[in-house]
Amino acid sequence: MKLTRLDAEILDLLQNDFPITSRPYKVMADKLGIDEEEFLTRVKIMQEKGIIRRIGGVLESKKLGFYSTLCACHIEENKLEEAIRLINAEPGVTHNYIRDDWYNVWFTLTASSEEKAEEIIEKLKESIGAEVVSMPALKVYKIRAVFSVGEENG
Amino acid sequence: MDDINRAIIKAIQGNMPLTSSPFREIAEEIGVKEEDVLKRIEDMKRSGIIRRFGAVLRHNRMGFKVNAMTAWKVNDNEEDKVGRIMAGFAEVSHCYLRKVPAEFGYNLFTMLHATSEEDLARLIDEIASKTGIKEYKVFRSIKEIKKTSMEYF
Repeated sequence: MKLTRLDAEILDLLQNDFPITSRPYKVMADKLGIDEEEFLTRVKIMQEKGIIRRIGGVLESKKLGFYSTLCACHIEENKLEEAIRLINAEPGVTHNYIRDDWYNVWFTLTASSEEKAEEIIEKLKESIGAEVVSMPALKVYKIRAVFSVGEENG
Repeated sequence: MDDINRAIIKAIQGNMPLTSSPFREIAEEIGVKEEDVLKRIEDMKRSGIIRRFGAVLRHNRMGFKVNAMTAWKVNDNEEDKVGRIMAGFAEVSHCYLRKVPAEFGYNLFTMLHATSEEDLARLIDEIASKTGIKEYKVFRSIKEIKKTSMEYF
């Protein structure tokens, strides 16, 4: 989907200036000089096209008392499908990627505590029959999930 | 965290319904006033529980065609200095120091975004020369097999 200048402006507001107010879309639409209805229609189309994954809160798991870690494992090709099924079935697994390394499966795990995460990892080790290396973050130097879309797509 | 905040988080942790008054709908569902929902969301933004509120995009559709997790081997005493330099690059979206097994060794993780393979190679060279870190590994994703947001409550 080719984004118009207006779409790019809408995405910019949706990412960076979503007002916590009764009629947020009207406030953003007013800024762009368009109708609330038109704004909502453009957003709906961009959601359907998969450009917008979701609209909501991006939460800080640590502040909610949750523990998260990045896990890597080496899984043999013939066991890959079953292992992926088992790993993805865990509700705390939010991201999972096959990567081109000896450690070929990388997933993030979030759990209500460190103990709970370790419990899940132990359980997974057993069910997938492979070692799971847990690499929790010690320090965060940057998290930026907002992308400027004006330049590339305007 | 009380039950009302928990219920609000439950309502905003995924994709909110697209309507003109989303917070009023959340308030009605929980059984509180809309202004309470608005105030509580603002409070949770301020305290950092909500890092950001708004749209989450699929960035691989946003012009960055090459995304590569790259991990670097950094010595104990250099972590902060190197981490800050890496964080300063616009093409670096995430930069974390991780606890890793000694035999693995790649402890500083970055998520890099580039427009092409050549652009990625140039970026890695630039990061390596600015930080002096020469040992790194690019973990290319072959396939995304799960990507979702956490359901906390």
